[in-house]
Amino acid sequence: MKEMLIILFTAILVQNFVLSKFLAICSFLGVSKKLDAAVGMSFAVIFVMLMATAATWPIYNFILDPNGLGYMQTVVFILVIAALVQLVEMFLKKFVPPLYQALGIFLPLITTNCAVLGVVVLNITESYNFAQSMVNSLGAGLGYMLAMVLFCGVRSRVDTADVPECFKGIPITLAAASIMSVSFMGFSGIVENMFK
Amino acid sequence: MNNKLKILTNGIIKENPVLVLVLGTCPALAVTNNTINGVGMGIAATFVLICSNMVISLLKKTIPDKVRIPCYIVVIAGFVTVVELLLEAYMKSLYDALGIFLPLIVVNCIILGRAEMFANKNSVFDSMLDGIGMGLGFTLALFIMGSIREILGVGTFCNIPIPWLADNPISILAQAPGGFFVYGFIIAMLNKVSHGKAVKRKSFDCESCPSHAGCSGAMKGGCGR
Repeated sequence: MKEMLIILFTAILVQNFVLSKFLAICSFLGVSKKLDAAVGMSFAVIFVMLMATAATWPIYNFILDPNGLGYMQTVVFILVIAALVQLVEMFLKKFVPPLYQALGIFLPLITTNCAVLGVVVLNITESYNFAQSMVNSLGAGLGYMLAMVLFCGVRSRVDTADVPECFKGIPITLAAASIMSVSFMGFSGIVENMFK
Repeated sequence: MNNKLKILTNGIIKENPVLVLVLGTCPALAVTNNTINGVGMGIAATFVLICSNMVISLLKKTIPDKVRIPCYIVVIAGFVTVVELLLEAYMKSLYDALGIFLPLIVVNCIILGRAEMFANKNSVFDSMLDGIGMGLGFTLALFIMGSIREILGVGTFCNIPIPWLADNPISILAQAPGGFFVYGFIIAMLNKVSHGKAVKRKSFDCESCPSHAGCSGAMKGGCGR
């Protein structure tokens, strides 16, 4: 249990996917303009990350690895994620329309979100077992959400700030992300001691 | 001839994927704490970009429009696997240093973006030139960022120590926050030098999104609309 909590909080705070691992920067900078879009996108990412982990972990450990096909993981994983996103989209549209209304528009974006492929590949390289992989994916997704929601607030202030002409737009956004990343650095070492 | 040269040089300066189009930000930030890693990543991505551009250009009439994105991804993933195996066999240290970002070339916005924007409309030779140009531009940007972060953050250049700087490194530049900062700073300087022409009033919008091509929201003006 303790180990699970450590994995979870490490993924959320210390090894935050966006701010310390640099995954999903595109969507972090692109979708964090409005709070409702940021939250919707985050939920869709968490959902797909969990589904993708549940699908790819057994595929790697029961099919690819025993047959010596481990080197195919990149091709197989991205195909599984693409198919899964499509299936989830169709399923939600047919059976859970309210959820589709909320998440539907974000789903096609997620196939190429590097955090999803990143987390399933990391679960394999870290050789986590199935439960650990799921917890790690949940943590990664929650960490993404935390970074998105916090940065959304920062951006609404940055956009109205008076900055030098050449820093307007992208450069000042990146500088703000840099400062937020510094604050997340403060979490390093906290998790090991939290569950002593 | 002039036309071909234009395609080639377009990606290096005028439409530099990282510094002007703001694509491929994840690897540009993640692997540039060291010059060699940055250039290695650039070359790996360039190889994938050239090969995938050529193959997609060859297949542009065969691939049905509706499933083109998955088809592109399969082609790209195939070449990424080739690069992964080659690096693991011949350059193990680089393979270890790039780590997870090597398989993530698959979802690099530049490669999918060029497939969608250029390769499926142009001839094989032009697509190859575009791949070379874009790849060189990507490598150049990674080299610039990598050298700044390595020289100031670690005090070395290509792992060779620089006197004085090696004793007084600004180590935060080699860590995560420094990545964002150096990137933002380079774009700001480019803006200053080119009088705001480099990244002209462009903010992060659907164009810089890897899923731009397959997204229904892009036509309506953005996510969540």
